[in-house]
Amino acid sequence: MTGARAWGVLRWVLLLAFATFFVLPLLALLDFSSKVPGSGERTGAYWQALAQDPTMSSAITTSLTLALLTVVGMVVLLVPTMVWVRLRVPRASRLVEFLCLLPLTIPALVIVVGIKNVYAWVTYLVGDSALTLAFVYVVLVLPYAYRAIDAALSGLDAVTLAEAARSLGASWGTVIVRVIVPNIWTGILAAAFISVALVLGEYTFSSLLHYDTLPVVIVLISKANAPESMAAALASIVFAALLLLLLSLLDRRRSPSEGK
Amino acid sequence: MSDTGSGSTTAAPRPRTSTSGVAVEMTDLHRSYGDVKALDGLDLHLSPGELVVLLGPSGCGKTTALRILAGLEKQDAGSIRVGDRDLSLVPANKRDMGMVFQAYSLFPHLTVLDNVAFGLKLRGVSRSERRTRAGDMLDLVGLGPQKDRYANQISGGQQQRVALARALAIEPAVLLLDEPLSALDAKVRVQLRDEIRRIQIDVGTTTLFVTHDQEEALAVADRVGVMKAGRLDQIATPSQLYSAPATPFVGEFVGLSNRIPAEVSEGSASVLGARLPVLPGSATGSGRALVRPESVTFVRATDGVARVVGLAFLGAVSHATAILDDGTQIVAQLDSAAAAALTIGDRVGIEIHPVPVLVVAS
Repeated sequence: MTGARAWGVLRWVLLLAFATFFVLPLLALLDFSSKVPGSGERTGAYWQALAQDPTMSSAITTSLTLALLTVVGMVVLLVPTMVWVRLRVPRASRLVEFLCLLPLTIPALVIVVGIKNVYAWVTYLVGDSALTLAFVYVVLVLPYAYRAIDAALSGLDAVTLAEAARSLGASWGTVIVRVIVPNIWTGILAAAFISVALVLGEYTFSSLLHYDTLPVVIVLISKANAPESMAAALASIVFAALLLLLLSLLDRRRSPSEGK
Repeated sequence: MSDTGSGSTTAAPRPRTSTSGVAVEMTDLHRSYGDVKALDGLDLHLSPGELVVLLGPSGCGKTTALRILAGLEKQDAGSIRVGDRDLSLVPANKRDMGMVFQAYSLFPHLTVLDNVAFGLKLRGVSRSERRTRAGDMLDLVGLGPQKDRYANQISGGQQQRVALARALAIEPAVLLLDEPLSALDAKVRVQLRDEIRRIQIDVGTTTLFVTHDQEEALAVADRVGVMKAGRLDQIATPSQLYSAPATPFVGEFVGLSNRIPAEVSEGSASVLGARLPVLPGSATGSGRALVRPESVTFVRATDGVARVVGLAFLGAVSHATAILDDGTQIVAQLDSAAAAALTIGDRVGIEIHPVPVLVVAS
């Protein structure tokens, strides 16, 4: 009994320690962004300026659109590929895993240097828009998305389920959409969460390729107006947290207690 | 679609009610995996409504044969006809076969009822009708009350019943059962085995059942095909297979057999002093006779040729094991009352009933 109580206490201590570790910087951001530098007077001016700053609002739109495009691109590229490899060409799974994990092993800076040349063509072909970053972001999120989806697929006897569906008359497309995807939905959502979080925080690529995404603009503002940039940083963190919360609620709604 | 006016219409209407099966013809099937020949010229014919069991040790090709019939594997050569359709090159989803797998295969995200209705949904059956039909199928396997549950909320035996209902709901041309009972415990296995047979007779669907369990095979089959190295060694009714094995392999694989030294001459075998008729395919000269335990009786005798070394009580009957002076072990199936009179170490004489035996070269 004392052992269980000790565990309980330890759990709370750990929770508090982590909460402090994570929340303290956020509180500091809040404090700093709502204070007139030097005087210590409270002010909402920086938050107001943030809301009215056109650069900021366009950067937010860009980053959100990028997040969406990246998630869509990732799902369209990765889900069918991984399901197909698992069902039909298991021999290729090592290769696919290797390719997906590759972006993790190469430093971002190195990729940027290489990809600049590619982007000369990208801008030539599809136009010079910040949204073209989605191409490189899809590659960037592959390692994380792969892991999430792979874990979900491993928890499933996908081969047998697919064969059962095939014998019942399902085409391969139906197998993937109606049988496999609903059962790895949690993994796909996890992959989406992580992609959104990654895109909203990505700085290196957008900065070096000269596109104004949210992190880039926050850094830009911080050079001119530190408190406003902190307000922006805090806002983007809260926003991302809310977004992830929303997505996870969506997940709960989909869980099999409702069926169809 | 079924307009008779058009000369190019090739798909003849195929009337099928749930009580008339169709014939299956698998001809000269070959399939290799690298150097291993899983199927080596398999010929298998199933009559309409028949339940054929493919039996054999692991690696004999029985599962490959079933999966090729299902379209889940491709044959290297050979043809498959079901009814009047040539299915040799037809993909699995167009073959119209219901299949139950060894591994649990219910879709985890669907309820039991939706699992059963899945195939009907793909066939465009209306929602209300597929719910009714799926409900009927669940009643048939005795799981009506569980229809709103998910796979992880019911037992393994129930999952296999649902899988059976799901396979039958599409009124398949052929029902394929790939070791459906292997993952279940002994009691459920026997129960479900008998139920599968009852339902199969009920719906009359031609059925191919694959198992490595000979008791299961003998219990449910109209005919049992014993496979060895990618081809059929013998296909016959369970009783023929048991009493008149055509090959040494069948004789030893199906049921327990004693291998007793024998001398064959003029169409009969001399086995421990008894003269027994021999089955076709027997070796000539000296060999070993395959004698079933129930054809052997031990009689206590101080000058007996064998010594009792083991007694196993199995309920109504017991198995007694005796050993000849040359080291040959012989098992006799005795009434438990008769076996109770024996003790280990007793000398016994051996009587062999004059039933036909297969003699194999030793």
